[in-house]
Amino acid sequence: MSKFKKKANVKQEIPTSSMPDVVFMLLFFFMVTTVMRDSSINVKQVLPEASQLKKLARKSLVAYIYIGEPKKTDEWGKEPKIQVNDVFIEPKDVIQWVNSEKAKLQEFERDQMTVSMKVDSDAKRGIIADVETELRKANARLVLYSTQQKRAN
Amino acid sequence: MPRATPDIPNASMADIAFLLLVFFLVTTTVANDKGLSIQLPPPPEALPPDLDIKIQERNLFKIQVNSFDNVLVEGNPYTGSSSELTDLIQKFVLNYGADPESSDNPEKAIVSYKTDRGTSHKKFIEILDAVQAAYYQIYADNAGVTVKKWLELSSDLNDPENRRLYDLGRKRRPDGTVEIPMALSIAEPTKAGGS
Repeated sequence: MSKFKKKANVKQEIPTSSMPDVVFMLLFFFMVTTVMRDSSINVKQVLPEASQLKKLARKSLVAYIYIGEPKKTDEWGKEPKIQVNDVFIEPKDVIQWVNSEKAKLQEFERDQMTVSMKVDSDAKRGIIADVETELRKANARLVLYSTQQKRAN
Repeated sequence: MPRATPDIPNASMADIAFLLLVFFLVTTTVANDKGLSIQLPPPPEALPPDLDIKIQERNLFKIQVNSFDNVLVEGNPYTGSSSELTDLIQKFVLNYGADPESSDNPEKAIVSYKTDRGTSHKKFIEILDAVQAAYYQIYADNAGVTVKKWLELSSDLNDPENRRLYDLGRKRRPDGTVEIPMALSIAEPTKAGGS
């Protein structure tokens, strides 16, 4: 019987004294890498899929436009709308918005500004083309159609 | 008389740190800014008014999509997959005058892409993806890298090695012109419904 009662001599505890250090390290990592979402998106966003994706090199040079059916359809209707920052705008206001975004950048970076278009799959070409025409007028001609990576099939 | 030891209790430190950690874990958004990049043409007003470019029919590869997302390629209804379309475009670009119906050389070859205002964004992206895939494959083959590597290196051209491969892929001539430019013309969408 005493056979079973024998205790192993090995210590069975995990040392926890360094746990706060480990956790703090993780904490700092997330604090540094986190980017707070600056606006809540009020339009439907199911991005289309594509395979030839390019990554944006510098996030600070990117301005976002969201296009899609409004989430609150009873208030805004079902037609796709254009959202920048926190508001819905009309295509004619795009130039003004581009200029205000450009004003945030350093002068030498202004021509490198990329407009990232986050467009819902179900949105129609018409509204997107209207925005593109305005972007051309505003001389913000680098455009990225935001998409998801197509799954291999 | 023993002095009180001025210790801060640190048993709960881990708990506090965990709490903060969880907060940042939840609020963090992973940057997923990926997509198809294009450059829009200059505004119509910036072009000279008497500009009249004549393009031979053979140097144009026409893709049209109507509001029902039906595709016409070179005037014929197209029902194949997008990878087949990629192959067609590659053949067209790298024809070098072999087929009299197809392009003279890559520099003259233009892919013309026209949609309707009612075309869905999904279809638009699918075709655009196929066209870009054709060009990126050509570039990557010329530079001797994989397409994935090509896409990576072309987003960071400040690196001299990337720049070298980028120029090699597009066959940049010493005078600055490019032998295989990505000549993709995205036309203004047509209005009402038809193709």
